[in-house]
Amino acid sequence: MASQSPPDADADPSADGDMAANGEEPLLSVSNLQTVFYTDKETIYAVDGIDFDVKRGETVGIVGESGSGKSVTARSIMGLIESPGKMLEGSSIRFDGQELTEFSAEEYQAIRGSGIGMVSQDPQQSLNPVYTVGNQIMEALEVNRGMSGEPARQEAIDLLEAVAIPDAARRLDEYPHEFSGGMRQRAVIAMMLACDPEFLICDEPTTALDVTIQAQILELLRDLQAEHGLSIIFITHDMGVIAEIADRVNVMYAGEIVEQAPVEELFADPKHPYTRGLLEAIPGRTEQGEQLRTIEGDVPTPNAPAEHCRFAPRCPVAFDACERIPPQPVTVEDGDEHTASCLLYPEGETEAERAEHHRAAAGERRRGRAESGGEP
Amino acid sequence: MSKVTERTQTEGGRETLVSVENLKKYYGGEGMFADPPVKAVDDVSFEIRRGETFGLVGESGSGKSTLGRTLVQLERATEGRVLFDGRDVTTLSGDELKQWRRNAQMVFQDPESSLNDRMTIGEIIMEPLSAHGWKTKQDRRERALELLSEVGLQEEHYYRYPHQFSGGQRQRIGIARALALEPEFVVLDEPVSALDVSVQAKIITLLEDLQAEFDLTYLFIAHDLSVIRHICDRVAVMYLGKIMELGETGELFESPANPYTQSLLSAIPRPDPTADRQRITLPGTPPSPRDPPVGCQFSTRCPAKIYPEEYDDLSDDVWDAIERFREVVRERSRQELGLVDQARLRLGLFSKYDDIDEAVADLFGGLDAPEAVTDAIESAREQVKAGNPDAAREALFDEFNGICDRERPVLQGVSDSGQQSYCHRHAPEYEPPETVLQRRSDDE
Repeated sequence: MASQSPPDADADPSADGDMAANGEEPLLSVSNLQTVFYTDKETIYAVDGIDFDVKRGETVGIVGESGSGKSVTARSIMGLIESPGKMLEGSSIRFDGQELTEFSAEEYQAIRGSGIGMVSQDPQQSLNPVYTVGNQIMEALEVNRGMSGEPARQEAIDLLEAVAIPDAARRLDEYPHEFSGGMRQRAVIAMMLACDPEFLICDEPTTALDVTIQAQILELLRDLQAEHGLSIIFITHDMGVIAEIADRVNVMYAGEIVEQAPVEELFADPKHPYTRGLLEAIPGRTEQGEQLRTIEGDVPTPNAPAEHCRFAPRCPVAFDACERIPPQPVTVEDGDEHTASCLLYPEGETEAERAEHHRAAAGERRRGRAESGGEP
Repeated sequence: MSKVTERTQTEGGRETLVSVENLKKYYGGEGMFADPPVKAVDDVSFEIRRGETFGLVGESGSGKSTLGRTLVQLERATEGRVLFDGRDVTTLSGDELKQWRRNAQMVFQDPESSLNDRMTIGEIIMEPLSAHGWKTKQDRRERALELLSEVGLQEEHYYRYPHQFSGGQRQRIGIARALALEPEFVVLDEPVSALDVSVQAKIITLLEDLQAEFDLTYLFIAHDLSVIRHICDRVAVMYLGKIMELGETGELFESPANPYTQSLLSAIPRPDPTADRQRITLPGTPPSPRDPPVGCQFSTRCPAKIYPEEYDDLSDDVWDAIERFREVVRERSRQELGLVDQARLRLGLFSKYDDIDEAVADLFGGLDAPEAVTDAIESAREQVKAGNPDAAREALFDEFNGICDRERPVLQGVSDSGQQSYCHRHAPEYEPPETVLQRRSDDE
């Protein structure tokens, strides 16, 4: 029992091991984040009580299928959730010692530029088609660093060169449509660097790109991270990309983080049945000629608070209790870096003990939310 | 279906079904003053055997979709032949073509846009049957219901509309429609690219099952190499309208011969964080298909390019800078000048291209290049500034061209089992690609 986290640690993740172990506060600490969307018919718990940290200089991956809530997580951190969406009370996003959920619109605007930058899947959306690329980078420089005129122009050229755009001076006067897809993504990254952020959220930045271009962008991000000491949240559905770029990984399913682990451990020894299924469904990990394993059924829409395990209906190893108890994260390896939210753990306990463990932890979490008024 | 099954049984499973001979598909370029054509598919030849899954892989713009569409006659070939069971189908028209089309169907990439939102699923699946006057209405209905269950959907889905289905289910509907007329040959154009992994795995499994059940021959187009590796028997790798390499899937993935295939394979992110390997990151982007290189299509980005002998001693860094500079000049030569700039050019007041200095400084700053190189770069820079990037481009070509810049390679056999590769380095007088790539990446 010594290596397993006690139930109360799950209820109050801001007090978990990372800080104590490293003596350093994480740059970003998300705890009990709940983002819901109200529709006429139902309430969608798009992100339903997730906890994770990002330390300085590290890359944390968030991986999951469509509808798992990974992009909503990114938008929540960026403060971009608008009606009919809402972050529930009790959600906490601490960035560099500040509580972002309490920020006003103006305060958030300041953080968005120079604190946290975002690269989205479709660079077309981040660029204005009627201004030249140079114009947009220089605007970012003026707003964030107060630069203008010739110095701003020179800095913009340097930034484009920093993201390896050839013939930067000419490119500056071109419009986004004259750039190729990979080049546009570089331009967006250059624009973000103009704000000099310490934190970067990359939401599927390479999904729309060809592999050779994807390799270029991943290499660029790694170089920039080394150079500027950036912390990165990297969101993707591609397990290969995650393996390549992340230090630690969060696996999301239907609004929840079902497994959290350092990247090597996750791939070598996945604990949650969903993670296992996901890895087995990737072509190339199985022998050629062998059939791919598939996960039966579809990802459910989380339209009610979790009263059970959301993966249970598709889970090959589910048992009765999975239908009644919402699983809570428990440590599954020595150390506290690897957790899984599954009633199969803690290992070595009887089914009844495990069920009781999760029931108690879920009760704690619910009480914690009730106190902060989080349960709608 | 009965006719098809009989034939495959009597003739055995592995003879040629589709034979593509010197196929070309160009867009535009007609008329005296037209721009040069876009060579989407530029002289490719290969065979697809009965009952196999033949993969076509390449980056966007490589011409793989155009090739697929040309095979089923959705596009008219500019030149060359497509023999289907020995019959040239590029010359078919009218009723003959319609009749033949029953045999060759297509599944499209985007299940969102390839189904008509105003038709029910039943109508969608029955449409090809009605178009070909297949039996009676009652028979068509029964056939549609049967197809629904073949692709893993339920009878009750018959009356629903496409928007009520998920991406994976829509793709199943597209597959049912393609199979309605019992074709022998199906072109699958990126059928799983828009789907999540777990859904993708289901569709791949379905396609495999259907192939076994109905003796289908697939042309499977994808950009995802791991999917290709899983499902295909043989693969062709395309780049800028040309087949760079072709061979048995296992062999091609285990021992790729062509520098492009090697770069492409090394670029796939592997779902294994402990994998330790040499990544070849290709510089730049593929060139414009309107203005392809004179020599090998891949020569502008090739990491194993053959350099001219007189520059044998140049470092890789200098070569890299030269190639990037040539790319910059090429880009500029493609630009058209506005009227004002043309007037300034005449009057000797032209200054639009002065910013080329910046590019030269960026590329060659800090590099120790020999005088012959700096002279050539210097004169090219002057020509660009004078508003004449075309001349600069030609001068650079004359100075730095090697065989890869000058001549097209040929697709040649590189193994006993029929693996073929399109690269000058397979000629005996040159060092083979693997050793060059190994050496150049070790130097870094």
